[in-house]
Amino acid sequence: MPSLHYEYQVSGDDFTRAGEASSDIKNKLKQMGVSPSAVRKAAIAIYEGEINMVIHAGGGAISVEILPDQIAMELIDHGPGIADIGLAMQEGYSTAPDAVRSLGFGAGMGLPNMKKYSDEMTITSRVGEGTTVSMVVRFE
Amino acid sequence: MKIQELIDKTRFTVINAGSDTGRNISKPYCCDLLSIAMSSAPADGIWFTVMANLNTLAVAALTDTACVVLCQNTALDENALKKARTEGITVLATELPVFDAALLAYEQLNAADASIPADESQTCRNPETTCDA
Ligand SMILES: Nc1ncnc2c1ncn2[C@@H]1O[C@H](COP(=O)(O)OP(=O)(O)OP(=O)(O)O)[C@@H](O)[C@H]1O
Ligand SMILES: [Mg+2]
Repeated sequence: MPSLHYEYQVSGDDFTRAGEASSDIKNKLKQMGVSPSAVRKAAIAIYEGEINMVIHAGGGAISVEILPDQIAMELIDHGPGIADIGLAMQEGYSTAPDAVRSLGFGAGMGLPNMKKYSDEMTITSRVGEGTTVSMVVRFE
Repeated sequence: MKIQELIDKTRFTVINAGSDTGRNISKPYCCDLLSIAMSSAPADGIWFTVMANLNTLAVAALTDTACVVLCQNTALDENALKKARTEGITVLATELPVFDAALLAYEQLNAADASIPADESQTCRNPETTCDA
């Protein structure tokens, strides 16, 4: 299987479309016959990243590369950045505004979920410039 | 137990039947915070929540939840209903609070597990039939 490459634009504050990239990737992986547990891991990881870009960063871009044995995802935004990544990674830490809390977000579990369900994850962020999250999920 | 049998037994209101009411339900799950549900909702589960919006359905789809039950008469807006339809997600509703609704489903799921052989349980599918014996 050659490597497959997909790009998605995520618009800010558009909850009606948030989740589109993750459900599209989920369907693609399923069709390729990737194991259900790996599909679930990848779908959760992208969804949480996608929602974070919508809520915290005013949107961004997702690029995905699927290889025979893994999926690599890169989520790039030009939002406010994360000042303290260690703090943001803590379970329960959230700066989500009330308006999105009332939609069920703001448990402060998105980044911990991404860490838990991906096999590799790195975040680079600069305050005022944006955030890039890279994740890999291996198929086994 | 299949979704349709559970609907028959519990009389939960059908908001959207979904693409497969013959699907088997694994277990009940209750949560209203999406990223917690995202990591813990069991595959093929029946998810009880008062959080009725588009994102609930996105999480349900991604976690392979069999069926969502909106409790205490929470309602989907037009967008969310559209998503339920296009993704074929089974969405039910009840006026019961989350615990009571989940308990009702739990009891029905257990009762179905206990009834052997499986074929005979078909005779009790009609909720009008008393099958206490
Ligand atoms: N792309 C981003 N840009 C700027 N800040 C971010 C970004 N992603 C996360 N953060 C910051 O990190 C915090 C923790 O993120 P996390 O996803 O764990 O929780 P949450 O989004 O607040 O709530 P949940 O994901 O549980 O609904 C956020 O509240 C926000 O302050
Ligand atoms: Mg988040």
